[in-house]
Amino acid sequence: MMISSWNRPSRRMVLAGAATFSLLTAAPAVALNVRQAEQLVDSLVADINRVIASGKSESAMIRDFEGIFAQYGDVPAIARSALGPTARNISSAELRSYTSAFQGYISRKYGKRFREFIGGRIEVNGASDTGRFFTVSTTAFLRGTNPFEVTFLVTDRNGQDRFIDMLIEGVSMLGTERVEVRALLDRNRGDVAGLINDLQRSG
Amino acid sequence: MHTLIRDCRPVRWLAFVLFAALVSGCASSNTTLSPDPGDPFESTNRQIHAFNKGLDTFALRPASQVYGTLIPEPVRNGISNFADNLGLPATIINNTLQGDFGSAASNTGRFLVNTTFGLAGVFDPSTALGVPEESTDFGETLHVWGAGEGVFLELPFLGASTTRDAAGRAVDILIDPLGYVLEVPEVNYSRGSRFASGLNSRFRFTVTIDGILYESADSYAQSRIIYLQNRRFELGTSSPSVSLDEEGDLYDDFFLE
Repeated sequence: MMISSWNRPSRRMVLAGAATFSLLTAAPAVALNVRQAEQLVDSLVADINRVIASGKSESAMIRDFEGIFAQYGDVPAIARSALGPTARNISSAELRSYTSAFQGYISRKYGKRFREFIGGRIEVNGASDTGRFFTVSTTAFLRGTNPFEVTFLVTDRNGQDRFIDMLIEGVSMLGTERVEVRALLDRNRGDVAGLINDLQRSG
Repeated sequence: MHTLIRDCRPVRWLAFVLFAALVSGCASSNTTLSPDPGDPFESTNRQIHAFNKGLDTFALRPASQVYGTLIPEPVRNGISNFADNLGLPATIINNTLQGDFGSAASNTGRFLVNTTFGLAGVFDPSTALGVPEESTDFGETLHVWGAGEGVFLELPFLGASTTRDAAGRAVDILIDPLGYVLEVPEVNYSRGSRFASGLNSRFRFTVTIDGILYESADSYAQSRIIYLQNRRFELGTSSPSVSLDEEGDLYDDFFLE
């Protein structure tokens, strides 16, 4: 739906090329991590493409997507970031229960949209080191729509390579879910049990 | 959504009338969830959002379902192509005003090829030939000229915008050459096709738009963040990790302390 910027890729491609060149020449150790980040997204995208091509039922696709999200995403970090400062003030049991509700909610919400992806595919364009995170750029080709850009932010800060955000034409999943989770928390007047209950029923 | 909103141009004049009416006469505000200090018009914006949402619930969404169900997809796409093609002259003016002569040239080629070989723009041979539309608007021209984003606005009928982009929309109406060239009945074909194109977008993105408007806890706040992030991305003013920077580093908080 928000595709127009895809039509002028040249400037960004030049920048990406420049970034890749400087990495290759400056720091081989970092270049290895860039490659690892790209490999992670390669593998993630291959799994997603398999689910899209499988033609399974919606509920089966949602289950598959939950597995992919848990395997490739740093779900505890994403969930805590979405919740914000409140995450520091609740018990670890409550945090675990919230994280699990959040994982299910995300999987239903995004898994449902996989139907729009049928007949489409995602291609990985390349990765770059953008400071604290690695940015892996991909392009989604869906039927009847101009190709659009999907960017993954990858980090190994929690010990393993995981993605922590996904941006579709610049719109951050983490950013929009932060807005959503905090609106739900407001609606429950700050009560995390109520928030968990709402998450379990939404998406 | 941006495209959807842009496609609804024929109702713009009405939007301004209604905007004035809402701002001057609307009832007192209901309390907002978490007021955002970066959104000084939040209270008014939320009232307009509620109005737009009602309009979607009772008119736009049902009309788009009827349109999408009754009219075959190739016909709908042809009408949307026709509407897009009519928007090109104004786009070319903006390309030129931005000093983007490459895009101005390719859009001019597009317009000539699609208007002739594409049978008045109903077909889009240019995209098939590798010349996609380099879309832009006067809001982007203002950005290129150095104008800042301004503050967030929700416009009646048109949805999410900013003070800069709303001004850009007004100028886009004034600089559209077709507005001066077309007469009745052609001008009605133009307006009708743009409206139908809007319905087509609403239909095609039913799941996504319904998710934002009807399944989120705060559809106003969702529309706002989606519009602003996407617009900054289009204009090249966003960085991918901007959402992570809003409240410090998510790993610093939890793993490194």
